[in-house]
Amino acid sequence: MARMKFICDAERCIECNGCVTACKAEHDVPWGVNRRRVVTLNDGVPGEKSISVACMHCSDAPCMAVCPVDCFYRTDEGVVLHDKDVCIGCGYCSYACPFGAPQFPTNGAFGLRGKMDKCTFCAGGPEANGSEAEYEKYGRNRLSEGKLPACAEMCSTKALLGGDGDVVADIFRTRVLNRGKGSEVWGWGTAYGKPTQGAPAQPVAKEPTKS
Amino acid sequence: MKRLLLISAAVAVVSQLAACGEKPQTATTRNVDEKVWQASDSPYVAAGYKPGDKAAWDDQLRTRAESQNEYVKTK
Repeated sequence: MARMKFICDAERCIECNGCVTACKAEHDVPWGVNRRRVVTLNDGVPGEKSISVACMHCSDAPCMAVCPVDCFYRTDEGVVLHDKDVCIGCGYCSYACPFGAPQFPTNGAFGLRGKMDKCTFCAGGPEANGSEAEYEKYGRNRLSEGKLPACAEMCSTKALLGGDGDVVADIFRTRVLNRGKGSEVWGWGTAYGKPTQGAPAQPVAKEPTKS
Repeated sequence: MKRLLLISAAVAVVSQLAACGEKPQTATTRNVDEKVWQASDSPYVAAGYKPGDKAAWDDQLRTRAESQNEYVKTK
């Protein structure tokens, strides 16, 4: 049985935010809510690394454990989903999640917190697959259409992989074995120069001083 | 005096019946989701896959996941 997972390859992610845009467009995600974000470490410093982060659909999900109204459920494919009709917008899941996946739209006046919204692995919610009601609450259900999440399918460098955990892990393993590391990595030379270009400057011999 | 009694009786009746209009506050139960491969109302179903066919769905997803491996195309 498939167990759906995301993997993001920090060596390939170019921080284009295409995955973020694809997600927002695909699901009509409201302003202020980002189901997916690109996080960059050491931004602006040579060797910076970016990864695309969303709900990781944990096998032992802490959001599920802390929810006081038990609105979360896990599908047969290992996708963690929730029922917005049951969610009370308390925010416990947001504190429990190590990835910052649960998002809360400001709903109405005084910044009132709405019901939680998060990545669904493009699998919708408990409403009928592909129905209008499901789209309104959770966005499009691509999985029921026989498709993978929009963010992973459109990633231009294939940094973000999505699908059955075994399959994406195999792809990633093959990639790491083929490309090596450091300056051998695809794209490194273009971004940071060839290894010879980055050689440390040779010490200049000092002229003897006249006494 | 009679009027006062009538008013107090009306108030008593209204206060006793007030609870009858309350909505139940028991916790709602989560809706049950159907299987992802069972059905889809979407007109954008992937070519070569018919909703309801689990084997076809598995094949479709596997093919799509493996197409993310560009080493298959380049090596």
